[in-house]
Amino acid sequence: MAYVLRRLLEMVPVLLVVVVATFFLAHAVPGGPFDKDRPMPAEVKARLEQYYGLDQPTHVQLGNYIVRLAQGDLGPSIKYPGWSVREVIGARIGVSVSLGLVALLLAVLVGVPVGVLAASRPNSWLDRVPMGFTLVGICVPSFVLGPILALIFSLGLGWLPPCGWGSAIHFVLPACTLGLITAAPLARLTRGSLMEVRSLDYIRTARAKGVPPLRVWFVHALRNALLPVVTYLGPAAAGLVSGSFVIESLFDVPGLGRLFVTAIINRDVMLILGTTIVYAAALLFLNLAADLAIAALNPKVARDR
Amino acid sequence: MSDPIVESLGSESGWQRFLKDRAAVWSACFLLSISAVCFLSPMIAPYPYMEQNLAHSAMAPSSAHWLGTDLLGRDVLSRLLQGGMISLFVGFIATAVALVVGICYGVLAAEVGGRAEDAMMRFVDIVSTLPLTLIVILCTVVFGQNMPMIFLAVGGVSWLTMARIIRNQTREMKASQFVQAAESLGQSRWGIFRRHYLPNLAGTIAVCATLTVPGVMLLEAFVSFLGLGVKAPMTSWGLMIKEGADIMEECPWLLISPSIVFALTLLSLNFLGDGLRDAFDPRSSRK
Repeated sequence: MAYVLRRLLEMVPVLLVVVVATFFLAHAVPGGPFDKDRPMPAEVKARLEQYYGLDQPTHVQLGNYIVRLAQGDLGPSIKYPGWSVREVIGARIGVSVSLGLVALLLAVLVGVPVGVLAASRPNSWLDRVPMGFTLVGICVPSFVLGPILALIFSLGLGWLPPCGWGSAIHFVLPACTLGLITAAPLARLTRGSLMEVRSLDYIRTARAKGVPPLRVWFVHALRNALLPVVTYLGPAAAGLVSGSFVIESLFDVPGLGRLFVTAIINRDVMLILGTTIVYAAALLFLNLAADLAIAALNPKVARDR
Repeated sequence: MSDPIVESLGSESGWQRFLKDRAAVWSACFLLSISAVCFLSPMIAPYPYMEQNLAHSAMAPSSAHWLGTDLLGRDVLSRLLQGGMISLFVGFIATAVALVVGICYGVLAAEVGGRAEDAMMRFVDIVSTLPLTLIVILCTVVFGQNMPMIFLAVGGVSWLTMARIIRNQTREMKASQFVQAAESLGQSRWGIFRRHYLPNLAGTIAVCATLTVPGVMLLEAFVSFLGLGVKAPMTSWGLMIKEGADIMEECPWLLISPSIVFALTLLSLNFLGDGLRDAFDPRSSRK
């Protein structure tokens, strides 16, 4: 418990650094939020900038922003007048979270069993064929796999809608693209660590004393072999984040990733900051969750801290 | 590409082991030829990459245009070569940046030791949990067409793994007898770094570098795919894939050729990195 608290406290300065860095970067982006519209009278622009606090020096804006952030206020959105950034993000975060979770679930449900299967018969076709596929999965980026899947399943076979959002069927292509990309390294990792664990002494002991083979495999070996796999879930989540930018643009999904990209294109400083903070916080929490899961799996880690 | 670094290792048996790994050797050949072709593209490309010919727009592959033409009638093969030049260039330069930063940071952390080392490594841990893709995207937007800054941004987020590995190895070496001997003979820290650390790290560095290049190229492609990286009339593989994906229904060849070349390049880099690791990294277990 003390450990969790310490980790949570550690997040505060980290997030603060992210806020400051993003703030200056977002402000350094050439062009302003009002440049794209029909040129407006200077007075109107001045009033608008005054309304959004953009006329103040940068460090004052930053101070104001951090004070409001501490109260949970992400500020007003500039390109969505009348909406606060929190409302804009809140309206879209569900889509991204559900897509990400389904993809992660799919990755684990496909990746781990494939790795176990491959490790159970090393160097047979059961190993070679799936491992060949995972190699392809590692090297084909999501923005290549996505269009190819769409080309086959929606334009070629006509089974699935190529893009859009709303019903469960729209989930299939984006979730599969993201999930399969993540499943590939998971499968390789599972296979690798199972191969290492299965040659250890305690496995031989368990076999020797007559534990049923399946029990040795799934209870004794897999529990230890899964440790690196669980550790990888943190980076995997980061991969899902960057994947989601591409997938959401590709399949026209109204999620957070596309919001971030449009916010940059629109120079909506507040929205850029808001989405970055949400992403950073989500990743920090996911890493904490992965660490806690490792402690649950491995008493040695839990004792060490 | 990373061959000169490896050559300086001069380990005969390492080279022999490497040459036996056929996947790695073929990958090296593929990478060498694709780099040569791309970097020579201004001389050997069949058409100027930005020459538009609206009379010949969106043509399927033919004998005049081997890989077809895009909507503006530009030759896809020529653009593929020019895009490859950009993608590979970003990959190599950004990796070099990541290498320099990673080596300096890792060696420095191991050298100072104690609390400062712990703090430095904790910093690496924390930074690697952040959404760095977002930061890179922002940087590329801020610095726009300024290519060197894009290299710095991409390299600036890719050095973390490198620093971790280098620090672990340096720490081991620091405690070893040959370094202690050098210390007691009065060699300076810089001398130890140059004469002892660097040669012993060379194998690890070569492997790390080869495995960093695909990540870096992927990052550049991501950013270009989102329309925020390389700007017209220049192109990169990521940008070509995006343009192809937009109109894949009518002109699938615009998507297929850059996708295949990009995936093959990444695949070869991974094979090459694995092969180098198996051949030159004493720690890697060969099963």
